[in-house]
Amino acid sequence: MRALVIARLVIREAARRRLLLALLLLTLVVIALTGWGFSRIPTITQRGAPLPDLQVKLISSQFLIVTMFMFSFVLAMAAVFIAAPQISGEVESGTALAILSRPIGRAEYVTGKWLGLAALVAVYAGGAAAIELGVVNAVVGYIPPEPLAFIAFVIAEGLVIMTFALLLSTRLSGMVGGVIALVLFGLGWIGGIVGGIGAAFDNVGITHVGTATKLILPTDGLWRGAVYALEPQSLVATGAQAGPAAAANPFYAAAAAPLSFELYVVGWVAVVLALAILSFQTREP
Amino acid sequence: MSDVPPVAIRTDELAKRYGKITALAGLTMSIPAGDVFGFLGPNGAGKTTAVKLLLGLARPSSGEGWVLGAPLSDRTAHRRARRGVGYLPELFRYQHWLSAREVLRVHCELIGLDRAAWDAEIKDALDVVGLADRADDRVGGYSKGMQQRLGLGVALLGRPALVLLDEPTSALDPVGRHDVREIIRVLKARGTTVFLNSHLLTEVEQVCDRVAIVDKGRVIQVGTLGELLVTDAVRVRATGLENGALDGLRTFGELSHEGEWLVVRGIPAMRVPELVRAIVERGGQVYAVEPRHESLEDRFLSLLEKPHA
Repeated sequence: MRALVIARLVIREAARRRLLLALLLLTLVVIALTGWGFSRIPTITQRGAPLPDLQVKLISSQFLIVTMFMFSFVLAMAAVFIAAPQISGEVESGTALAILSRPIGRAEYVTGKWLGLAALVAVYAGGAAAIELGVVNAVVGYIPPEPLAFIAFVIAEGLVIMTFALLLSTRLSGMVGGVIALVLFGLGWIGGIVGGIGAAFDNVGITHVGTATKLILPTDGLWRGAVYALEPQSLVATGAQAGPAAAANPFYAAAAAPLSFELYVVGWVAVVLALAILSFQTREP
Repeated sequence: MSDVPPVAIRTDELAKRYGKITALAGLTMSIPAGDVFGFLGPNGAGKTTAVKLLLGLARPSSGEGWVLGAPLSDRTAHRRARRGVGYLPELFRYQHWLSAREVLRVHCELIGLDRAAWDAEIKDALDVVGLADRADDRVGGYSKGMQQRLGLGVALLGRPALVLLDEPTSALDPVGRHDVREIIRVLKARGTTVFLNSHLLTEVEQVCDRVAIVDKGRVIQVGTLGELLVTDAVRVRATGLENGALDGLRTFGELSHEGEWLVVRGIPAMRVPELVRAIVERGGQVYAVEPRHESLEDRFLSLLEKPHA
């Protein structure tokens, strides 16, 4: 139960230090701007005539994917910035001394941190995505095929990068851990593209690079799962005609994320959290 | 506190090494429950390391220790025992985005105090450390001294059987220091064991029952203040004594100089006239003879100067 005390502290800190407020306001501004952008799509004319409804929806779906990529990127950055100094910061400042001398185990402390951060990630990702989808629906009447699956994938992506940053936080300073987590996040994204290029040219070695990065830090795999949930069937069909080369496009997914990958991600988070606990067991504040 | 074991802290060759650096080299001591115990030593002597080991914040390299009966090696038992331990770290930092009352509430919850008792506990702690009128201000706006007072309040929550204070007055003004001494006296009256880590000798001298002097990670002397401070010493203001003459006086006790005074430690009072006679016989002229009350500082410095294993 003491883990929940720590979790509440994490959430309270985010609220008190106006982090949530800043994120919320910025997100609302972005949603307003993109909402305005979406509202302009039906006004586009082709040779004097408005675009057919199907085309409006197709453009909207593409625009939505790019917009959501930006949200997922902001989410990953925010998750890293909050998680990376979460433990190391308390150890360096001395705040951890008073807490850890209490009848609380290291596992409870790390788990509490994770739970608090997970709640923040879920609320931000879920909230921002839900509002954006609602605005798009209100403005152009477009709802992607699987909005809930999309939100689940984005939350999972946030959880993965947050858990990784928290592991680094048990040993490295916030700045070092944050930089490493973000570089790996970027590498994962590029790895996904590289893997796609490998598939396009039927190069097994390069394809393996893509698969390996997807397994080391499964954020890009989750992003592809999120993209697939946003793609209308017509788009998937068009992509399929383009052949395997389409896989290199980071805003496109040819197929849904397999169940085995989803299970892998659950296991990945559990293992990395366990490693964080193990690592912090021997850390001496 | 009826179930408090008679010995609050015991250590047996407790040691901590960081690579080649020995932070604590085999600490052996026993602190009876209810004692106010002063842990004295210069900076870098291993005092904070000892406290961190006792609290489970660091793992010993070798040896064993028991806190309120729970061995350090049994993490579960030790964690349970920490319900009865209050701690003011040398590096006192609390969540600056919370108010003092909220910090105390978090600690009430971490200790596992009955929720119904929180308000009374918090009020008590705030009153004792003198923060009652600033209780709802953010800690971020506190001075260092106020933050240390808050830390003391945190350490007192839940009436712990054992309180470890690591340099508790480092950020306090003279009034604050006086307040801390009073708090320690109140704790003693309650039967609380206090482990006071300090390099401030007057502080230790005024409140502690027993003292351990540590240097380079080892206890070099431990005992009550009475045992530690030699009272059978005299100082003699004399002139005309040659260095060779002093050798003959060594049979009376340990000799040292304090300006123009000659200090003789370990001399029984009945031998003082004999000492004066011996000085005169060796050509010395005696102007004054007085008993010398050794302060803890004298003892501390003389112990640190001596080579010890």
